[in-house]
Amino acid sequence: MSDATQSGPMLAADGTPLKKSLARSLRRRKLRALALVAPLLLFVLLSFVIPIISMLFRSVENGIVSETLPMTVVELQHWDAESGELPEEALYEAFIRDMVVAVDAKQHTRLGTRLNYEQTGMSSMFRKSGRQIKRIDPEADGPFKDKLIEIHEGWGDVDTWRVIKTHAVPITNGYFLNAVDMQRTPEGAQAQPEDKRILIKLFGRTLFMSLIITGSCILLAYPVSYLLANLPMRVSNMLMILVLLPFWTSLLVRTSAWKVMLQQQGVINETLVWLGLVADDARLVIINNQFGTIIAMTHILLPFMILPMYSVMQTIPITYTRAAKSMGATNWTTFWRIYFPQSIPGIGAGSILVFILSIGYYITPEIVGGTKGVFISNRIAYHISSSLNWGLAAALGTILLAVVLLLYWCYDKIVGIDNVKLG
Amino acid sequence: MSNDAAFVEFQHVQKSYDGEILVVKDLNLSMPKGEFLTMLGPSGSGKTTCLMMLAGFETATHGEIMLDGRPINNIPPHKRGIGMVFQNYALFPHMTVAENLAFPLEVRNIGKDAREEKVRRALDMVQMGAFGSRRPAQLSGGQQQRIALARALVFEPELVLMDEPLGALDKQLREHMQFEITRLAHELGITTVYVTHDQTEALTMSDRVAVFDDGRIQQLAPPDLLYEEPENSFVAQFIGENNTLEGVIKSINGDECVVALDDGSEIDAKPVNVHAAGDRTKVSIRPERVEFNKDRLHADAHTLKATVKEFIYMGDVFRFRLSVAGNDDFIIKTRNAPDAIKLSPGQEVEIGWLARDCRALDA
Repeated sequence: MSDATQSGPMLAADGTPLKKSLARSLRRRKLRALALVAPLLLFVLLSFVIPIISMLFRSVENGIVSETLPMTVVELQHWDAESGELPEEALYEAFIRDMVVAVDAKQHTRLGTRLNYEQTGMSSMFRKSGRQIKRIDPEADGPFKDKLIEIHEGWGDVDTWRVIKTHAVPITNGYFLNAVDMQRTPEGAQAQPEDKRILIKLFGRTLFMSLIITGSCILLAYPVSYLLANLPMRVSNMLMILVLLPFWTSLLVRTSAWKVMLQQQGVINETLVWLGLVADDARLVIINNQFGTIIAMTHILLPFMILPMYSVMQTIPITYTRAAKSMGATNWTTFWRIYFPQSIPGIGAGSILVFILSIGYYITPEIVGGTKGVFISNRIAYHISSSLNWGLAAALGTILLAVVLLLYWCYDKIVGIDNVKLG
Repeated sequence: MSNDAAFVEFQHVQKSYDGEILVVKDLNLSMPKGEFLTMLGPSGSGKTTCLMMLAGFETATHGEIMLDGRPINNIPPHKRGIGMVFQNYALFPHMTVAENLAFPLEVRNIGKDAREEKVRRALDMVQMGAFGSRRPAQLSGGQQQRIALARALVFEPELVLMDEPLGALDKQLREHMQFEITRLAHELGITTVYVTHDQTEALTMSDRVAVFDDGRIQQLAPPDLLYEEPENSFVAQFIGENNTLEGVIKSINGDECVVALDDGSEIDAKPVNVHAAGDRTKVSIRPERVEFNKDRLHADAHTLKATVKEFIYMGDVFRFRLSVAGNDDFIIKTRNAPDAIKLSPGQEVEIGWLARDCRALDA
């Protein structure tokens, strides 16, 4: 009754503002929805989000130097790394005191391993010195400078102290610099020596091969998707099952099957030799190189291209092509001017999916890629499980994640994420 | 070419999709140039299939389709030069309105200037001159419909096919577009084949209507004949409102016959497709031709006793539902005139009609 005369916010029947009243009535529903998703949310948080964040944090975390050698790090502040002269006795004393504690706690080998990433030889130096430092009494046995150099001549090298000082910071960009073939030096970031620069090349190769894989997926998937979308239901269902069949087979089995197919004594080579198309001593090398990776990954990722393409093509009504033809357009003009432009969102969705999947792919390149056909993810796996340089692995992973997110963002800007349809 | 020569002709056309069922059975149809012909029928009656065969998107299983004297069975759709309007308009969503209209001209290699001139004229023709740069999605249903029409006409085809083009519009817009389409078709002198399942549309727009059912043309006639003189009970039932009474022919006397209804009462009728006494028949009578004012009937006319079941006030007309000879859905309509008689439910009346208004059709 008072609606016409009242000013200010709309009121509910009992006089509370309508917005507040609405929010209260929706709160119950929201809480119930939250309770329903809570178990999954918790699981994802604990087993996925938190591990990933802690892993990403490792790419900058560098507390080990300052934690293991607290007094040394303080003394290093007073030493001028540019002078080219060895540190004073005070620093050696602090180092011995730190090391005695560290050796007791068996922390010195870990520190050695960490510093070994930056300069080879550090690991064994720490291990060897550790045993002898154990026998030194920091209260009585000074001065330590010459004693330490006697234990290992490395302690008399200015470079050793420069490395320790450079990496004494608790948060470092060193891993990221390593990930892009650079290193942290007292003079700032510098390029790695020529023979150590492999990661940028590997990033480039990963992107390049992913592009080729995406391209060949588009070429192979387009006609199949067109058939799927335009054949009668019964036939297209059958075709769809054939497309989905690989999903029901283990990835490892499919990749190994390619190994059987492509190797030098494999099905393809044997057939070609039998047909006389290839000489027995000149069998094709189509595995353990980039070619093998591209073939196997195109095959494995093909369904991810077909499905979005198909779902977009399915929504293009046949009346468009009919209308175009009734207006006098030939089959080709109809396809190119009318059908193809409308199928582009499908190509976009499939491409982004295949591309993102392939730049992070690991198993297939590992099995069929040899040394020339491996991806950046294989390098990450190597640092995780073999070299145990988790910091570098984390930095590489972070860069990869950033690249994917950037691509995703570009895609959202260009095609719009609402247009992605996966069936 | 003279006007009465057939411009579009179906000769014994049959169509089957699965080799078992004929969707179109022996279709024969001949249209002169400039005619507006509507194919009307329930869904599944084969009307759209006929249209698609004419457009070239379906091939006839048997028979010949002729356009302007040439058989077109083997001519692909894009060489037939037939304009087409689709039910969902089929405007290309990735092109502007002007680009949509220019498309048929472009594929005909018409120069840019001539193209723009024709597009402008076509847009003006449907009063959409200001919308050339819009996208189809930015237009309302009625506007899209106009553009679809303009696009089908812009390359000046002699034959235009329309597949339920007004199906998605609301009632008022539909009535307006019906008028627009017929006006344009007649002004431009194009031959039009129009498919619909809406009988009002068929009656108001067409020169002739072909009523389809079960793969055959049940009747092909101008709208007035179709309504007033249906040739069989399907057409009588399908077109307009209709009362049906079932019975047996008692006697035929030239243009009139007597039908004995199943409850024993007798009525006058006009024999249409009944042949001899003893034939079963369905008689058909339009609600507005039923008379319950005895003064207006012949003295010797047969009458039936009826009970009023319901009175429905519709403004311009009164509508009564009666129970007549065992049929509880017998409808009568009278005009709302100053002297109109209002019957009330429960009232008993006697109804009758002129024999020529009551058609004895096949059972």
